[in-house]
Amino acid sequence: MNNIDARTHVRGASVYLDDIPLINGTLFGAAFGSPVAHGRVNSLDVAAAAQMPGVVRVFTYKDITGENQIGGIIPDEPLFAEQETHFCGMPLAFVVATSVDAARAAVKKIQADITPLPVITDPREAQAKGELIIPPRTFRLGDTANAWQQCAHIFEGRADTNGQEHLYIETQGAYAVPQENEVIRIYSSTQGPTAVQRAVSKALGLPMHQLDVEVTRLGGGFGGKEDQANTWAALCALAAHHLKKPVKYALHRMEDIAMTGKRHPYSSDFKIGLDADLKIIAYEVTFYQNAGAAADLSPAVLERTLFHCTNSYFIPHVTATAYSCRTHLPPNTAFRGFGGPQGMFVIEAAIAKAATALGVPASAIQQQNLHHTGDTFPYGQLAQSEAPACWQKAEELYDAAAIRQSIHDFNVANTLYKKGMAFMPVCFGISFTKTLMNQARALVHVYTDGSVSISTGAVEMGQGVNTKILQVAARAFSIPPERIRIQPTSTFRIANTSPSAASATADLNGKATWMACQAIMERLKQVAAEALQTDTAAITLQDEQVFVHGKASGWDWKKLLMAAYVKRVNLSEHAHYATPGIHFDTSREKGHPFAYHVYGAAIVEVTVDCLRGTYTIDAVKVVHDYGASMNPAIDQGQMEGGIVQGIGWMTMEEVIYDAEGRLRSNALSTYKVPDIYAVPKTIQLQALDTRQDNLAIFRSKAVGEPPLMYGIGAWFALRDAILAFHPAADIPFSAPMTPEKVLMALYSKNGTPAPHAKTVDHLAVDK
Amino acid sequence: MITFILNSNTIHTDMPPGMLLLDFIRYHQHLTGTKTGCNEGDCGACTVLMGTLNNNALQYRSFTSCLTPLGNVHGRHVVTIEGINPEEGLNPIQQAMYAESATQCGFCTPGFVMSLAGFCLGHRPATAEQAIAAVDGNICRCTGYKSIERAAAKVAQLLAQRGDAAAVDFAVEQHLVPAWFAGIRERLRALQLSANGEFEPADDVQAHYVGGGTDVYVQKPEEMKLQAIRFLFDQPPLNGIAREGDRCVLGPAVTVTDLLESPLIQQYFPRFPAYARLVSSTPIRNMATIGGNFINASPIGDFTIFFLALDAMLVLSNGRSSRELPLRTLYKGYKTLDKAPEEYIAQVWFTLPGAGQQFHFEKVSKRTHLDIASVNSAISLTLDGDAIKEVRISAGGVGPVPMLLEKTAAFLQGQPLRETLVQAAIAIAQTEIAPISDARGTAEYKRLLLGQLIKAHFITLCPQLQAAAMLNHEQY
Repeated sequence: MNNIDARTHVRGASVYLDDIPLINGTLFGAAFGSPVAHGRVNSLDVAAAAQMPGVVRVFTYKDITGENQIGGIIPDEPLFAEQETHFCGMPLAFVVATSVDAARAAVKKIQADITPLPVITDPREAQAKGELIIPPRTFRLGDTANAWQQCAHIFEGRADTNGQEHLYIETQGAYAVPQENEVIRIYSSTQGPTAVQRAVSKALGLPMHQLDVEVTRLGGGFGGKEDQANTWAALCALAAHHLKKPVKYALHRMEDIAMTGKRHPYSSDFKIGLDADLKIIAYEVTFYQNAGAAADLSPAVLERTLFHCTNSYFIPHVTATAYSCRTHLPPNTAFRGFGGPQGMFVIEAAIAKAATALGVPASAIQQQNLHHTGDTFPYGQLAQSEAPACWQKAEELYDAAAIRQSIHDFNVANTLYKKGMAFMPVCFGISFTKTLMNQARALVHVYTDGSVSISTGAVEMGQGVNTKILQVAARAFSIPPERIRIQPTSTFRIANTSPSAASATADLNGKATWMACQAIMERLKQVAAEALQTDTAAITLQDEQVFVHGKASGWDWKKLLMAAYVKRVNLSEHAHYATPGIHFDTSREKGHPFAYHVYGAAIVEVTVDCLRGTYTIDAVKVVHDYGASMNPAIDQGQMEGGIVQGIGWMTMEEVIYDAEGRLRSNALSTYKVPDIYAVPKTIQLQALDTRQDNLAIFRSKAVGEPPLMYGIGAWFALRDAILAFHPAADIPFSAPMTPEKVLMALYSKNGTPAPHAKTVDHLAVDK
Repeated sequence: MITFILNSNTIHTDMPPGMLLLDFIRYHQHLTGTKTGCNEGDCGACTVLMGTLNNNALQYRSFTSCLTPLGNVHGRHVVTIEGINPEEGLNPIQQAMYAESATQCGFCTPGFVMSLAGFCLGHRPATAEQAIAAVDGNICRCTGYKSIERAAAKVAQLLAQRGDAAAVDFAVEQHLVPAWFAGIRERLRALQLSANGEFEPADDVQAHYVGGGTDVYVQKPEEMKLQAIRFLFDQPPLNGIAREGDRCVLGPAVTVTDLLESPLIQQYFPRFPAYARLVSSTPIRNMATIGGNFINASPIGDFTIFFLALDAMLVLSNGRSSRELPLRTLYKGYKTLDKAPEEYIAQVWFTLPGAGQQFHFEKVSKRTHLDIASVNSAISLTLDGDAIKEVRISAGGVGPVPMLLEKTAAFLQGQPLRETLVQAAIAIAQTEIAPISDARGTAEYKRLLLGQLIKAHFITLCPQLQAAAMLNHEQY
């Protein structure tokens, strides 16, 4: 079944935040962000701005009617800066005017006198100075201290991954519309309507039942709108609350890029020990997470880095420590993979380093150490492993030996170009790692005309969750999809929702929907059984027909509904689902945090132009554990999109801050995401259908985040190709592997490190 | 008063000519299918089609409406997604996108559909490659593009049946566009006659010159809105590519697409399509003018670098008198020109490559396509047997202005061509340049890269050289 939004999408008729028809009298906002990353605010002069034509009012922290606080996990993030600024772009003021142009023009008239304070952009520096968001956390398995003696080979190193801009094509935004009695309806481009509701409630001092946050769809989210939609909603709601007028703010791209957090950059140290048979015996890793200026979701992201620090491998002795380091960058936030990819990159780097030093292909170490069912993760959960099955199937199906041989032959025959390959296994845990968030509710109404209306907490952002929920209801009631409508997500219809994140939205909201539909079905069957004088167990519904012991009864869906209504039977249900069996004890860092894991293995092939340092990604060939896909078209789209987004992170997407904490890659002209020519020439996907039961909806495993991590293979395939050209090349484990880094590595002198791409200190020459 | 046809409606508007077409479409006409994505022509979410009558032939090209001033659509046909929607259901382009699940969040989707519609209304060969090329200016963050490639291939398949039929006629017949498209040519002709002189572009000396708008509307869109503007885009005297003796004479409003489609350019620069593919994207190539590229004075302007190696000449006019100036002397410093504010480029010419003269262009950017160069370079090379008779090498991104490497050229002049000579020339080039570190690369990278591009020039043009000998990593 195709995405239910696809028809309006291709006609340009789908409505996003900026497309909502304006109510008369709507005002427009624009935020003034701090030009200084870290500084003491001596004065803020908004008088000139306030006098600009069209300006209605300029808001600062003094106008906040509740608490100046929008932090989610930790209350450490003011909506407006007061005496201190903590990152460039931190809102100091919010101009509201009669037009967008007037608001933006007025923002330019605001003068802030800020004394600069020392700026930290490097997480290691922050850690050394004790600037931590939360105390460090350590996951332990076995005893690494004593395990090194058992190792024949020990390697140490450092690995760095840069951030990643979400670059949802629809920028952030909100539109707050006052209703009577101090109720505010807020249209928000958010993955977390409840997060917005809470943040606005706190900032305005209004109870949550007065705040209706409504979301029809997002033009992309990828984690960037999980917590970071709060600011704009709170600004608009605050202004609307004061002015009793609708207030809208759809961010300009440069505002969005400059003022919002990104995927967390990480710097890490690793130490890996192997025995003579290439079994990994011990692994120690320390992660320095660049959290930015406030907690945002960093503690949760940090936790997932630890959960995935051994990727698909069983290592008997592991010590993994993680620091969430406070710097003066915009608060970094959720991004597809949520810390997992950062953890996986480091173990893959450690394996690659060992393999190169030992003169074996990395895949020899990777395959040897894949975990099996029953093996223990460092956090105590036992694996129900598909890792060896995925790997083996990929190796056979795509004939990895033949690929390796053809690459070898090509490299022998060619000087200008070299090819490389890498295996990338993936194991990703599904569930919010914070157990309490694994709950969802669905509200299902069946109308007497046979149509069905469904509300859940899920937010549609292109991942197809609404389509999957519709499929759930269609299957539960055995009615055609046309009868079902998924309503916009609203905090007045569904309360206390978890954000659409963690790949778990379809599972959680789908299961709640299934439960609600089942409850209604039970009542309908009772009505049918009574009317047809049989047991409810004898009643089945199929294709809108009522059957008794498998025989058509002559009753259909509509007749049954009307009969139920006449008998005053409830045709609505609000169901609650909470994932069973999951728990985690942070005092011991042990438990069973995930409902299940998703597995896969990819082979990535690349070609490097050794003259120019440019490259192409030739193929990504994957065997992926879908469980049993309930929507192959949507899941294929998630796979292809995730792979390309992961390759983007690992290759061309380069977030650049200067030493003063100013973003230099601040537009699409300086921050490059894959275009249609940058994607792999071939993406081949093969399902590993598994029989085991799991906690996914209809056994269809979550598919949102896992494929992103196949992209990590691109980095290691490029490394492989560079080494084919220059076997002693110095290639720091530093992502992304831009054409610059490739060229510098290709021509690095033996034994001396190539010059690193350093933080730039100039504005881009052009644009 | 600006007059144009927007979808099927004729528009007369008093809105400022400097305002953006995108804002006019979305916020004044309430056609919200055209999306705001990046405001700098880099994502394609705002793509629309622009129909123009050229010698009575109706020609459609895709534009990014976020960089198009309203003044540039006077007398033309602007088509948004609403303008190609059938009354019910989907047209074949939309059906292909739908069937291939080539839309996820949907925000970029109308832009892709419009770019494919531009392909269907254009005259490129009906191949999957060309259909994909038509969406080279559209960024999608969800799909990974593979489904879009599949949809584009379907559209190309449909178009393969076109044969010799006129593009618009075939598109109407296949319901790619609504039936009323058949009447647009007549309506545009009538409009041009009636609108002639109706929209008077600013004439005062303070007026800002705007060509395609692809740079100035990135730099300062707010300022431009209420500026007095003289629109130079697609004004007949400033157009055209012609041969005059051994010269190629170009109007400054010639766009990259015009160059790409010119038989003269194709004849003398057979690799031009490959070069053009490295430069921006289809809609930007449809809009960006060579005059604009020169005057913008970016140190990495691709066509500045291209024409520097051809030693192009400019004719500058102030409306009363004109003078000739070599392009290589136009740049006095970072974004400083040997040009009076009231002067504009009236003409560009260069001597067509003679017998034995070879030309090549190289560019490396972080992303190969739709990106600004880290370093770019062009070469014009004439060999006399084994010796270098004449050479010009231009280089961008390695100094405050687009450069001609004159010392390097002087060094090479008359020398016998050897691998070692190229290495030595690169060493000379290093003394001529002064790159800085910025978002497009560190200074040391740009130094290394320029050397590599010089090697690439010679490896590409001179098969007698041993490429392997020039690629030794030990030599850096």
